[in-house]
Amino acid sequence: MDEFTIRQLHEKLKNKEFSAQEIVESFLKNIEQKDANLHAFITPTRELALAQAKEIDEKIARGEKVSPLAGVPCAVKDSILVDGVRCTAGSKILENYIAPYDATVTQKLRTEGVLFVGKTNLDEFNMGASTENSAFGVTKNPYDETRVAGGSSGGSAASVAANEALVALGADTGGSIRLPAAFCGVVGLKPTYGTVSRHGLIAMASSLDQIGPIAKTAEDAETVFETICGRDAFDATSLAYQYESLSDFDVKNLRIGVAKEFFGEGLMPQIAELVKAAIKKLEDAGATVQEISLPHAKYALAAYYIINTSEVSANLARFDGIRYGKSASRGQNLLDVYLQTRGEYLGAEVKRRIMLGTYALSAGYYDAYYLKAQKVRTLLQQDFTAAFTDVDVIMGPPSPFLPFKIGERTEDPLTMYLVDLYTVPVNLVGLPALSLPIGYTQGLPVGLQIIGKPLQENLLFAIAKDLEKLA
Amino acid sequence: MISPKEVQHIAKLARIELTDRELIQFQKELAGVLAYFEILQEVNVSSVAPMTHSVLLENVYRSDEFKAKTDDIAQKLLQMAPETKNGYLKVKQIL
Repeated sequence: MDEFTIRQLHEKLKNKEFSAQEIVESFLKNIEQKDANLHAFITPTRELALAQAKEIDEKIARGEKVSPLAGVPCAVKDSILVDGVRCTAGSKILENYIAPYDATVTQKLRTEGVLFVGKTNLDEFNMGASTENSAFGVTKNPYDETRVAGGSSGGSAASVAANEALVALGADTGGSIRLPAAFCGVVGLKPTYGTVSRHGLIAMASSLDQIGPIAKTAEDAETVFETICGRDAFDATSLAYQYESLSDFDVKNLRIGVAKEFFGEGLMPQIAELVKAAIKKLEDAGATVQEISLPHAKYALAAYYIINTSEVSANLARFDGIRYGKSASRGQNLLDVYLQTRGEYLGAEVKRRIMLGTYALSAGYYDAYYLKAQKVRTLLQQDFTAAFTDVDVIMGPPSPFLPFKIGERTEDPLTMYLVDLYTVPVNLVGLPALSLPIGYTQGLPVGLQIIGKPLQENLLFAIAKDLEKLA
Repeated sequence: MISPKEVQHIAKLARIELTDRELIQFQKELAGVLAYFEILQEVNVSSVAPMTHSVLLENVYRSDEFKAKTDDIAQKLLQMAPETKNGYLKVKQIL
């Protein structure tokens, strides 16, 4: 059952070869067998998935048409709301929080008949690159349980890789979809900023956050993206955008840029080899390849962490022990409630980022940190714009190294931040980028990152589908 | 380098109560990250405009109307609050 694509499942469901209930039970069985070890899920939603499957089967029995996504088991990152289901964002402060409504993306998938199998593990409030910052334990890599699945959408990527879900939703602020996708050997898309509504996503850094799909194949990720994108009245930053697949893609017309900054010091040689081999395949098929330069890429990580933490410090002010979530109210006055609630229930990385952002935005430091970072962001955008006059896409590795051992990078926060080196430039500029698996080394998956011009997700998917055929 | 006193001040601005151990730990870690941020001093930005958003958006307007997603949404939202009274959120004394 778990070897089928969305399209194949749909055909078999329509032809009554099997029922939605049989589909979902097969995936639920995988969750039952594997997830005690893997821990991809914080909250499995077995009953919800079975009830949704029943509805689909009744529709089919009545002879009604069902959508291509009907009966597709889907995992949802636990920072995205599913009506009536607990949504923790990986934090103690939201341990008992029940989502009062659907996020726009989950509403859209629900309408199409997708089956929600559970809410997946993540770094607390999406802050991290390994899910080790989750208050509910780490997600393990399906290829090696002593290693991390990547983060922050680690549970979503692991659940798809382990056939606990056919597709999943993640959210990517600085690499949180692409990195775990690469670490778990699946496909992940960080869409152009604004193409997917963020309504119902628990906000981390609002100028960077974007929801996107994770799947085993580019085609499946494309189907999910096509369904969730578009303008939403509940998200003022969402764009009037309709996805159209590229029907006339010819690799012979493709101009690939290889940014030398993405092949610098610190990149594991075996990863560089596999990435270059994948690019060579496209070149052999007729694409042209040229080296490009993004001179400000080396400043992206610092600029990103200033902007990220600044926005975090504002966005997480809402967790105050008053409006929702847990409250520590031993104190006598309001200030005590704030101080104690946040001191007690927020995790170390969350506190660290709130404080860094508070510092960067505080009087006397604003110009040196936040304003400077926003200017570097402009320079980085100019780098990309210049590069894109000569090439259609930019390729490189999503990560400088393989999935690392659990605990290997938790000692010093800066070593964890460095994991994001190749993924954050894209978020600062709002570009779409896709990570897809291209091979293995030491038994662990390696990904390729393809960065596109704004709103050219269709080109990324076309290339990814071609590469899957060439593999 | 950021001093323990500054960290304490920042924590108070951020409304986070720190234990003594956390204070020592965070002072070390924040100093490390802030030192990394110094790399931006290499970049000349004298004639560069700041970028606040990656997508150029015109002003987005909507009519100022109350729209409930569902009839019971207000009640559901209130149920998620730690303390309520007569349909209001309850807070501790301020004055």
